[in-house]
Amino acid sequence: MNPTLVRWLQAPSIIVLFLWMIVPLSMTIYFSTIRYNLFYPERTGFVGLQNYEFFWTDAAFFPALLNTLILVGSVLVITIVLGLAIAILIDRPFRGRGIARVMLISPFFIMPTVSALVWKNMMMDPNNGLFAAFANALGFTPIEWLQSVPLLSIIIMVSWQWTPFAILIFMTSLQSQDQEQKEAATLDGAGFWAQFFNLTLPHLARPISIVLLIQMIFHLSIFAEIFVTTSGGPGVSSTNLTYLIYIQSQQAFDVGVASAGGVFAIILANIVAIFLIRAVGKTLTV
Amino acid sequence: MTDKQLKTLKNRLAVAGAWIAACIFFFPIFWMVLTSFKTEAQAIAVPPLLFFEPTLDNYLEIQERTNYTKFAINSVITAFGGTAIALLIAIPSAYAMAFNTTKYTKDILMWMLSTKMLPAVGVLMPIYLLAQNLNIFDTKILLVVIYALMNLPIVMLILFNYFREIPKEILEASRMDGTSTYNEIRQIVMPLAWGGIASTALLSIILCWNEAFWSIVLTTTEASTLTAFVASFQAPEGLFWAKVSAVSTLACAPIVVFGWLAQKQLVQGLTFGAVK
Repeated sequence: MNPTLVRWLQAPSIIVLFLWMIVPLSMTIYFSTIRYNLFYPERTGFVGLQNYEFFWTDAAFFPALLNTLILVGSVLVITIVLGLAIAILIDRPFRGRGIARVMLISPFFIMPTVSALVWKNMMMDPNNGLFAAFANALGFTPIEWLQSVPLLSIIIMVSWQWTPFAILIFMTSLQSQDQEQKEAATLDGAGFWAQFFNLTLPHLARPISIVLLIQMIFHLSIFAEIFVTTSGGPGVSSTNLTYLIYIQSQQAFDVGVASAGGVFAIILANIVAIFLIRAVGKTLTV
Repeated sequence: MTDKQLKTLKNRLAVAGAWIAACIFFFPIFWMVLTSFKTEAQAIAVPPLLFFEPTLDNYLEIQERTNYTKFAINSVITAFGGTAIALLIAIPSAYAMAFNTTKYTKDILMWMLSTKMLPAVGVLMPIYLLAQNLNIFDTKILLVVIYALMNLPIVMLILFNYFREIPKEILEASRMDGTSTYNEIRQIVMPLAWGGIASTALLSIILCWNEAFWSIVLTTTEASTLTAFVASFQAPEGLFWAKVSAVSTLACAPIVVFGWLAQKQLVQGLTFGAVK
């Protein structure tokens, strides 16, 4: 192919992605420095870092940041530990394994809004939900999940959705593990745990780091589950950064402050991304 | 107990564990589908009913009383439209990069990937205001464009990997015979790449179909997709579990099946080919 043609073929994807990145990004940064509220169009002008200060000193900011970190952190731990355990269980051949696999990964394909509704109503409802029925059957008082432990409820929902993703990745990776090495280890008398720590875990190091990083990116911007179930409440007890910015923009209509929050979210995501790009860059063979 | 018996027992326990995990994870989906065949009274019965006379009334009522069909059509148009545009832009580029790899190719791909790190909420305001000012707020075309751009980096990376796997020798032989670039693509590359393109499309459709943030923020009534429609049931008053379950089942069924089919591509696509 001649070089000019190559350039022409590559151009569209590079140009549209460049625009998609640079136009909204520069607008966000610009908005974050001006006074801009859709309710008060007459108030304008440059305000420097005032929007940032406003966002930063908002009483909801630190709870939201903390909730974001708790949410991301606990979902990561749960999904990786559970995902690993289940992937190893499912790795051995047994009758009906295909069906069990399909059942295990299905939650990942359920749309987040549906997942949220199913959990909120049919599982966690304090009167008619299944959890309540269980609690009653065992003689306990049912918990009002979304009222009394909103963040935990959301952690359960998100973990249900994302553990299958971890299972899928680990399962795929386990298939490429050297079986002869494992057999040799068994012959040498290495037990399950010795094999797990010395062979399996090192083999899974890269998949684990990738699951960690991809999930971090996705969980930093969890939205639908909170929107559908708790609306960030009660109070701000289940508000994360994404939801806080959403509230600023869609309910307070404060473009300036929402943009300042957006810049903050971008910085946070990119701190995570630096590691992701490194991890992936190493593995991409060009 | 002999060693062999112990091993069999351990094996049985592991298999039992696998099935228990599978049942627990699948249960909410099973329960949703089950509830969709109940009457409203049965759906909220205490204690919950496992056995009952199934009814199709919920499905029939949804068709009659809601705009379900409209939202389903919106979902189909936006998911397939976004995927089609992403493919249209990505196929030539990925092709050119895969067969004419330079020292910049890797950097370009990594940069493309880095655009995925721009959180939606970080560019919410500009997109929202642009949509308002361009008068395309609450239109399918807006969602199609956003979905295409959102998935473009992932589509590029997977296609690039697929094109890379096409043996170069075949192409070189055809070039020696003087085949034009157009014919080379049409007769040699496309037939070989077809499977890869199809599975990339499948993955992209899944991601678009389940997308929630943009469809909730950028649509109100006209262009709302099934995700946004389902989200509109969030208010607790007058909530009809059986009907919501029926809507949810209809909204998820096709994509769950797609998901089963696209398992492998999903791993490759979401991990950018780093897990084999």
